Amino acid sequence: MVHAFQMKDKYIALDVNSGCVHVLDKLCYDIICFLCDHDLLPEPEVFEKTVDQLGKIYQRDALQEGWDEIKELYANGVLFSADEYADIAVNMKRHSPVKAMCLHVAHDCNLRCAYCFADEGAYHNRRELMSAETGKQAMDFLIQHSGNRRNLEVDFFGGEPLMNFDVVKEVVEYAREQEKIHNKNFRFTITTNGVLLNDENLAFINKNMSNVVLSLDGRKEVNDRVRCKVDGSGSYDSIVPKLIKVAESRHQDNYYVRGTFTKYNLDFSKDVLHLADLGFKQTSVEPVVSEPGAPYAITEEDLPKLFEEYEKLVEAYLQRKKEGRGFNFFHFMIDLEQGPCVIKRLSGCGAGCEYLAVAPNGDIYPCHQFVGTEKYKMGNIAQDTLNQELRGMFEECNVYTKPKCRECFAKFYCSGGCMANACLLNGDINEPHEISCKLQRKRVECSLYAKAVEAELGL
Amino acid sequence: MKRIQTLNQATLKKSAAKGGCGECQTSCQSACKTSCTVANQKCEKA
Repeated sequence: MVHAFQMKDKYIALDVNSGCVHVLDKLCYDIICFLCDHDLLPEPEVFEKTVDQLGKIYQRDALQEGWDEIKELYANGVLFSADEYADIAVNMKRHSPVKAMCLHVAHDCNLRCAYCFADEGAYHNRRELMSAETGKQAMDFLIQHSGNRRNLEVDFFGGEPLMNFDVVKEVVEYAREQEKIHNKNFRFTITTNGVLLNDENLAFINKNMSNVVLSLDGRKEVNDRVRCKVDGSGSYDSIVPKLIKVAESRHQDNYYVRGTFTKYNLDFSKDVLHLADLGFKQTSVEPVVSEPGAPYAITEEDLPKLFEEYEKLVEAYLQRKKEGRGFNFFHFMIDLEQGPCVIKRLSGCGAGCEYLAVAPNGDIYPCHQFVGTEKYKMGNIAQDTLNQELRGMFEECNVYTKPKCRECFAKFYCSGGCMANACLLNGDINEPHEISCKLQRKRVECSLYAKAVEAELGL
Repeated sequence: MKRIQTLNQATLKKSAAKGGCGECQTSCQSACKTSCTVANQKCEKA
């Protein structure tokens, strides 16, 4: 499978199965598009058909020259390469151990964000804090179910985890003791809105957390429209200085300032650039996920504007890089040389098998987005139970079990998309959410375009 | 080549043989929590 596309002055071909990216001249781009459109390979007998098609635009000699280059890449297995992964996908992840856990230490929040998937921190249920005992049992459960995996991840999540920070500290200290006994290596992260950050908890976070996710949507008016305090006032002014302090104290690394864009700010590139202007070097701004009908939901008609915004963003991203004031945008960060192995790319996020979420009362769910949905409750930490039928359903899910993903050029970049979104919007973990897919494909194109420009300019 | 510049090596197929150790970061956990962008994740063996 080859995906050829033009962005600005660049003609690019992604050979999906090898992962190779080729920057083409217009002639080679036209040849490759002709081959793709007619489901042809660059075999010798196809050359004359190509000349018939493109001979009115290009000289035969020039076509021969382009053809020879394409043929060479094909022979080397880096263009029109075969799909060798379907068999791997069938046998993958059988009885994979648990290696990551999202620990919902607080089902309560000190903000009332309009779009919160967690029901403004209440998670479809009553507000509740996790006890230290449950947190420790969750660490035991993770260790016990982690098989021979050494690196274990725990994200302290909510609601707002700083509302239960004493338990966070206690669980971290307990896990540090246990990792020595069981030869494990815990990596902790925390996802916070920043309201309760202070010198004391920041010192603990910087000592113990390998990553921090900080929630902020961008411009003040954008942020404050949806990210409100309990009294309805905006959160921007009180949190921004704290978040800047976190980023600086971590030397502008190992954190993300993470925003959400909605129908209210379709011009979201301005929000990403606003975050960069505030000095943040690690940014991630994503489309809202919501049930259809919400006033802020992204709809099909918004897509042309959003595509335009991603293109604007990638230009500004490159311009700032050229000027020596670059920043990272999570979705443009593709490592072409040494990304994850194809097995990881096939298998996705691991929700429901490698990755589990634990509610304050110890109930286990496939991931944080499923928490509180009774149908997807998998067990309970205290009872050491895990529904194997549900686990099997998630374990079997990969890009090759999803018909739409099999045919998609972006499958090894998004690993099949978010299963929770697929469930929420289509009622089936194997039926990805189409709008999310279209945005993901645009992001991949923009990031490959950025790679082409960076290669040209030596950035 | 005169008309085509290839930006990277074909590492994806090679990774099928030696990959799958499972020690790397969980993709959704790292920053986004709502999408599965995976191509920016680091390999533990790199």
